[in-house]
Amino acid sequence: MSETMLKAQDVRFRYADDLPWAVDGVTMQVNRGEFVAVLGANGCGKSTLAKHFNAILLPYSGTVTVENLSTADEEHLYDIRQKVGMVFQNPDNQIVATIVEEDVAFALENLGVPPAEIRTRIDEAMEMAGIYKHRNKAPHKLSGGQKQRVAIAGVIAMRPDCLVLDEATAMLDPRGREKVMKTIRRLNREFGITVVTITHYMEEAAQADRVLVMNSGHVVMEGTPKEVFRQVDRLHELRLDVPQATELAQQLRAAGLDMPDDCITEEECAQALAKLLA
Amino acid sequence: MIRDITIGQHFPGNSVVHRLDPRMKILLTIGYIILLFVAANPGGLVLSAVLLAILYRVSRIPLKLILRSLKPILPIILFTIVLNLFFISGEGEPLVQWGFIRIYAEGIRYALIMGARIICLIAGTSLLTYTTSPISLTDGIERLLAPFARLHLPVHELAMMMTIALRFIPTLIEETDKIMNAQKARGAQLDSGTLRQRMKAMVPILIPLFISAFRRADELAMAMECRCYRGGEGRTRLKQLRFTRTDWAAAVVCIAAFAAVASTNLLFQGL
Amino acid sequence: MAAIIRAEHLSHIYGQGMPDASVAIQDINLSIEEGDFVGLIGSTGSGKSTLINHFNGILKPTSGKLYVAGEDMWADPRQIRKFRFLVGLVFQYPEYQLFEETVEKDIAYGPSNMGLSEEEIRRRVHSAAEMCGIDEAMLQKSPFELSGGQKRRVAIAGVIAMQPRILVLDEPAAGLDPEGRDNILSQIKAYHKQTGTTVVLVSHSMEDIAKYADKVIVMDQSRLAMYDTTEKIFARAPELLAMGLSVPQITRIFLRLRELGVDIPTDVYTMPYAVKTILKAVENKKGGAPV
Repeated sequence: MSETMLKAQDVRFRYADDLPWAVDGVTMQVNRGEFVAVLGANGCGKSTLAKHFNAILLPYSGTVTVENLSTADEEHLYDIRQKVGMVFQNPDNQIVATIVEEDVAFALENLGVPPAEIRTRIDEAMEMAGIYKHRNKAPHKLSGGQKQRVAIAGVIAMRPDCLVLDEATAMLDPRGREKVMKTIRRLNREFGITVVTITHYMEEAAQADRVLVMNSGHVVMEGTPKEVFRQVDRLHELRLDVPQATELAQQLRAAGLDMPDDCITEEECAQALAKLLA
Repeated sequence: MIRDITIGQHFPGNSVVHRLDPRMKILLTIGYIILLFVAANPGGLVLSAVLLAILYRVSRIPLKLILRSLKPILPIILFTIVLNLFFISGEGEPLVQWGFIRIYAEGIRYALIMGARIICLIAGTSLLTYTTSPISLTDGIERLLAPFARLHLPVHELAMMMTIALRFIPTLIEETDKIMNAQKARGAQLDSGTLRQRMKAMVPILIPLFISAFRRADELAMAMECRCYRGGEGRTRLKQLRFTRTDWAAAVVCIAAFAAVASTNLLFQGL
Repeated sequence: MAAIIRAEHLSHIYGQGMPDASVAIQDINLSIEEGDFVGLIGSTGSGKSTLINHFNGILKPTSGKLYVAGEDMWADPRQIRKFRFLVGLVFQYPEYQLFEETVEKDIAYGPSNMGLSEEEIRRRVHSAAEMCGIDEAMLQKSPFELSGGQKRRVAIAGVIAMQPRILVLDEPAAGLDPEGRDNILSQIKAYHKQTGTTVVLVSHSMEDIAKYADKVIVMDQSRLAMYDTTEKIFARAPELLAMGLSVPQITRIFLRLRELGVDIPTDVYTMPYAVKTILKAVENKKGGAPV
């Protein structure tokens, strides 16, 4: 049986009393070790939901629990923030210090970890994020993708159980994005860190174990990438794209060819086509 | 251009000067500033400048950087020099007399002293920021001010604010550059027209800059909370501050040098 | 057709003469024809941004010449503003340049810098707003009340209102959701068709370039690596991949098919053409004729 990492129960939230619900009755859960992608058009409430996972926002009604600790319980605030690390969109706005390694140490200093232990833990975190060789550089001299990996290192130095990425690749170029995604996949597979990633990139979502789709504050679709991306028309209705591989397979099926309806990667699509044309 | 501003920036390195305890460096910098005012004679200033040049050499910071960072303050330096040149009246005949303008030998002397003093002051304090990472700088300030925390002075908060300000200087400079270019592309004229027109032309740059700074502050605050920031209480440090033998040696050497330079004041008094 | 932008041996070195000098672009020779929709691609640091900053005189070439509408741009540096009005430049994340109290006033900033009459300014603001899908009600709002995608459209309208003959856009869809990105790009395409304005679109998204551009410039390590029709550029997919660029996923599928031993053309980069190509291949296979 898998263990529950994060759980939201009937969560509702709005930023002000005269504004509509940003999150409107969401119930979902993430299991330990899972890699979950959350999709949705702008303004669907996915970022708002993400900020509930480490008590940056507290639900107006309903509950959010992190390993059975309620985020509303102030006593455990710092335990929760240590367990669930957050990485945001703009790498420039989450780096505090002027030297990479000092920034990575920031959270541990806040937690009162002894200096000698900080040293070993930040070295380990920088290795895991692949930025160890840049440890003495000034952050503004790094590329966007490198800065974002500094931000990731700063979070995983806390040894969190879960990493929540709020459109962490949106501002990066393709190469930076690929490096960041590779780092995240490695953290998930090798170190067993649970990952929740909020993204606009369908190709990133295709790599997840499970995909949630949100629309106007609700979770409207849920399933494996194959189950979700198969519903091309539904996704278009929700103002979302599908990977080109899925789109191509779908259009060929519509034209009467015998293509599987669950192609989500280019390899699957190419294999299916090769079989067709062999 | 605006990117040339290097004041307050850190140039990582591994020289002796880089490795000194920030507290010692701050105290010695204060000592140097005092020296610049004590050694109020040409010889003393020349020696102070030489002393600083040696320190730059030891810390392996290219002197070119100084020239670049002095550029934006050039108007202030020139203004001070001109002011002293024209308004200090000395004894005896003026060297130059042209209408109401009178320049005395005394004026030239003061103008040069003041000019040299400002340059040394900026170059000296820049050496501190070049060789000390802002975090250890603020660390040093925080420790030095620690006794005042008992008087309810928000020492940690001040230090944190300084760190963040320093961290965001390059980011905001870059941003200013971007916004200036964007408005120039929309036909803004930033470098011509009357003073009034120029002030007005700055509005389209300052407003977006402020808005962006506030947005950044907001996001940074959230990112800091996510990393369990809760003020100075119970915080530890990656890098512990400890005075080493090198620090004491540096202190002895510098204080001796300062004293030697200061003593020139007696020597050159007649000049 | 006449070249609207022509670069001759254009080079730019940042911090020339300083120890940290770096060559951003070198020896660029190209000419962009009036009325074209040109995509500009290249990995980060390849010199794309430096190149487009030259197109409207934000940067001055350290050597070489740049002609806009047949005139040497830097013949008289005092006249540079004239060229800035000819070449509209939309920077990355342009919403961060908005500053006025209302959307209307912000869009009017460029045109009023041109010294146009009140009436002409108003006319241009309204036509630019319409072109960018900004309605009358939005014109009176503060730009800071709008959503990210709307702000982006206001910023683009602010450049379009100057009615430049060339519109250069640096990643106009960066950071938007799929719908926002399609909206903005198709509006730009419609504007191009309607007015005949030359468009230069810088993008990291090969899917977008494939969908919208007629020609593509490829920058690599500060040099111009390729400049050709979109079709011919994506037919050289392996070279693009070697430069660290990506190609549309659909092109990668066809490349992979080739690797799997299927005899199929690989110059495919749009969805309709991909579907057609596959259907034709299936047809041929049934007919027993070679593809």
